[in-house]
Amino acid sequence: MRTLNRKLLRDLATLKGQAAAIALVIASGVMTLIIAVTTLDALSLTQQRFYEDFHFAEVFADLKRAPESVAGRLRDIPGVNQVETRVKASVRLEVPGFDDPVRGLLLSIPEGREPLLNQLYLREGRLPEPGRAEEVVISDAFAEAHGLRAGDHIEAIIRGRLSTLRVSGTVLSPEYVYQIAPTDLLPDYKRYGILWMNRRALASAYGMEGAFNNVAVSLQSGASEAEVIDHLDRILARYGGIGAHGRDDQHSHRFLHEELKQLRAQAVILPTIFLLVSAFLLNVVMSRIIRTQREQVAVLKAFGYGNLDIALHYGMLTGLIVLLGSALGIGFGAWAASGLAAIYTEYFRFPEMSFRLQGWVVLLAVAVAAGAAMLGTLRAVWGAVRLPPAEGMRPEPPARFRRGWLERSALRHWLDQPARIILRNLARHPLKSSLSVLGIAMSLGLLVMGAYQLNAVDHMIDTQYRKVMRMDLHLTFSDPTPVRVHSELRHQPGVLAVETYRSVPVRLLAGHREYRTSILGMDEQPYLRQLLDGRQRPQRLPPEGLLLTDYLAQDLGLRVGDAVRVEIQEGHRQTVTVPLVGLVDEPLGVGAYMQRPALNRLMREGPAVTGAWLMIDSGQERALFDRLWDLPGVASIGMISEAERNIREYMDDTILMFALVFVLLATSIAFAVVYNNARIAFAERSRELATLQVLGYSRGEVSWILVGEILLLTLVALPFGWLIGTGFAWALNQAFSMDMFRVPLVITPGAYGFATAVVLTASVAAAVLVVRRLHRLDKVAVLKAVE
Amino acid sequence: MTADPAKRPEGSRNRDVVFETRGLTKTYLMGDVEIHALQGVDLKLYAGELVVMLGASGSGKSTLLNIMGGLDTASSGTVRYRDQELTNASDKALTLFRRDHVGFVFQFYNLIASLTARENVAIVTEISRDPMLPEEALALVGLKERLDHFPAQLSGGEQQRVAIARAIAKQPAVLLCDEPTGALDSKTGIQVLEALEHINEAMDTTVAIITHNEVIGEMADRVIRLRDGRVENIHVNDKRRPPGELRW
Ligand SMILES: Nc1ncnc2c1ncn2[C@@H]1O[C@H](COP(=O)(O)OP(=O)(O)OP(=O)(O)O)[C@@H](O)[C@H]1O
Ligand SMILES: [Mg+2]
Repeated sequence: MRTLNRKLLRDLATLKGQAAAIALVIASGVMTLIIAVTTLDALSLTQQRFYEDFHFAEVFADLKRAPESVAGRLRDIPGVNQVETRVKASVRLEVPGFDDPVRGLLLSIPEGREPLLNQLYLREGRLPEPGRAEEVVISDAFAEAHGLRAGDHIEAIIRGRLSTLRVSGTVLSPEYVYQIAPTDLLPDYKRYGILWMNRRALASAYGMEGAFNNVAVSLQSGASEAEVIDHLDRILARYGGIGAHGRDDQHSHRFLHEELKQLRAQAVILPTIFLLVSAFLLNVVMSRIIRTQREQVAVLKAFGYGNLDIALHYGMLTGLIVLLGSALGIGFGAWAASGLAAIYTEYFRFPEMSFRLQGWVVLLAVAVAAGAAMLGTLRAVWGAVRLPPAEGMRPEPPARFRRGWLERSALRHWLDQPARIILRNLARHPLKSSLSVLGIAMSLGLLVMGAYQLNAVDHMIDTQYRKVMRMDLHLTFSDPTPVRVHSELRHQPGVLAVETYRSVPVRLLAGHREYRTSILGMDEQPYLRQLLDGRQRPQRLPPEGLLLTDYLAQDLGLRVGDAVRVEIQEGHRQTVTVPLVGLVDEPLGVGAYMQRPALNRLMREGPAVTGAWLMIDSGQERALFDRLWDLPGVASIGMISEAERNIREYMDDTILMFALVFVLLATSIAFAVVYNNARIAFAERSRELATLQVLGYSRGEVSWILVGEILLLTLVALPFGWLIGTGFAWALNQAFSMDMFRVPLVITPGAYGFATAVVLTASVAAAVLVVRRLHRLDKVAVLKAVE
Repeated sequence: MTADPAKRPEGSRNRDVVFETRGLTKTYLMGDVEIHALQGVDLKLYAGELVVMLGASGSGKSTLLNIMGGLDTASSGTVRYRDQELTNASDKALTLFRRDHVGFVFQFYNLIASLTARENVAIVTEISRDPMLPEEALALVGLKERLDHFPAQLSGGEQQRVAIARAIAKQPAVLLCDEPTGALDSKTGIQVLEALEHINEAMDTTVAIITHNEVIGEMADRVIRLRDGRVENIHVNDKRRPPGELRW
């Protein structure tokens, strides 16, 4: 082996602590990119495969009832490829051994076989046999939540009639990757199940013989979705169609899409920040490490080693560290990504995860890390070889010393000698000191950003469930119901407060933009379901006009005072114009709000409601449920505490899991940076410190010079770190706003505190490590060895 | 070991000139203060001769040697090595010059701490054209027993001898030694000087030795005295005394 290579390995061994720390920074940078991009890729790839393989439909329409003969006309619509008519029924389920209300959705499949569109993936058992009226297949998430297997029985109340169903298998459907009840934000597999049944059996139970109330359509390639939707709407209007829609407005797809969008934001912003920060740190750290070798560079040059040899030598040193870091990053990144992807499959029900490590991601991550490290290395090597060897060999000149502000200021009178040495050391190398400060500040910034994510999500959910959704139960009725239901509900034992509302499905139109949602017609001053203004105070609904979630208004390009065109999707189905009179600030979901009487007028109906919010006495919950279920017209009962629990769980598992991984990485970066700074300071000062000790300074005083420098740099870095972290959080927040939820830009003192604590701990740990090293240091050897 | 008078420059004017400096100056700028380390040095070194440079501390000896060896550049004036102009030579040319022709012993040894004695020599022999074995060079300076010691495990004198072994191992055309015996007792010092003389005789290497020790001047062909950055005088010895006869 060439001696130069031997030197390389020895140097690496000497630097092992620092090299490991740098490898950690590289690994963290590489990991973030791989985790984010690979998880995203796994989800979108899996989605795409499932959609294709199981013929996910492209246009969907609900209607009251149309004879099967209409299907032929639908097939003739230009651009339509396949048409699958179905019977779809909302039902109540009773699962043996489970007392809470369970909502169900029953869908028809052709007698005993797969439909043309939205085919089912059979996880267990078989499809219902032709002619078997009692057999159903159930969604696998629902089966899992209740431990149901093929052969088990459940009860369903279809149009008021109880029937016992036998589970013949469990399935997955591209239509219900994300299984969520219509009024919910998140899946609740225990309380919402999807079932498939033979067409004839369901039609007869639901009064739909020879007819259908739902249709799914696939398009020919190149066909215009909008035109097909128009066509469908025109044909189905007579049959009570409530507006066909594409995948964009299909529940499961939309949530999946939102989730991917959010993940994409994370996948871009987080790794970019992480990689840039690690690139900066690598650059700085590598160049400082190489700079401590400037005497050796001069010696090598003096004996005739060329600049290229020397650059290659140090390039290899860096290369080995990069290699180690990248290998760690790729390994752990792939491992973490597959873990995260697996967590997502809890929420998104796919047959199997398609997981792959893409070459370009690995390449990009490694190239950025290696590039930054090499740049720092070569910068320092260049600085060293540019000097004539005679100069490079001289120990770092004590020459540059100037009597600075320190000597002149009044400070010097009460600073002891070690303190003066610390300040002078820092002031003498302002660039080096500022880079150290910046490095620590950046890693602090990463921590603030990570902690922000962790805290802000909690803050968001708190706002939603403490300030906005203050009810315990959420009831929906199958049809508009007279308002007297209010007092009926109010007089149920265990009910403490009731508010009713009218909900109307609409399409909001503004310019060329549109959005499907529902208008909630509420009391003038709702208490159980509050509407917050920009300053988080509950607001009152004006007698006329529409309020929108601020995010939605912005998305539609609307401002208060503008006229909003509202296409009503129910009843007379007309398009009306309503003024936008106010904005609502809410973190989860988006919506449109009016006073109920105004909405009833818009619908040209009397005072009618379609749902109610209840506050209840939790002691009487069980009995109350039973009575509420027995009220005629109650379609669903939702428990808000369950919803909150679900959303917290979901956030914990997904976003917060991500955030946690990143906080861990940020923590390791912070440790690596602080430790490296300390080690370099140690390397640069060891001669001086040994000399001082030999001259009679105590161990403590000498240690203090080193520790003081490390701590001082850290303290100076804190405010910058907070600032940088706030900037990072802002950048993340910008990318994070979407329909489903908007994480507020609220950085709690806790987030700053946590990040600061990590960095301070890292500093103290690094200080302890280098002080121990200082005490082990052989003073004589240091003074003797003039490298 | 008596030197043949015919070998001496004064004895035969036709000796090749190896180094020639003209009006060499070196000025260091320290803040606002200019330090004139060299203030016009005109000097010739001849092939195969052994010169000793004397002079007070700070008189510019190291500076002159560094410039001749291509380790530093002059502020003005010219340096020539045989046919090669070093004054404005490129970094690359200087690197090749050092690699192919020059052996150095630095005043502060400048060993590489992470390499053993043997490796400190090997790192130079590996890029030389016609080197000795590192072990051979270390034996010449009496360090056969210390091959695998790291610099930190060697005494100052031993480190200095490794530095000399490193310089002679490549069997260079010129050997520039900055205080090669400064840290050595007289016995070891003489052993080292004998090694230098051996190289000088056997390979016809031009050797320049900086020292504060007047006695060492007696082994030289010429003694060059520097003072305040100028050549004060050059003394030609009639006869070189073998190092073995020197006492201090
Ligand atoms: N890098 C430098 N910057 C500033 N001044 C320098 C530098 N190197 C040398 N000098 C100054 O140049 C002068 C000559 O230095 P040089 O090292 O050549 O002396 P020397 O004769 O070798 O002394 P010594 O016998 O002590 O080694 C001295 O005054 C020294 O202070
Ligand atoms: Mg000197």
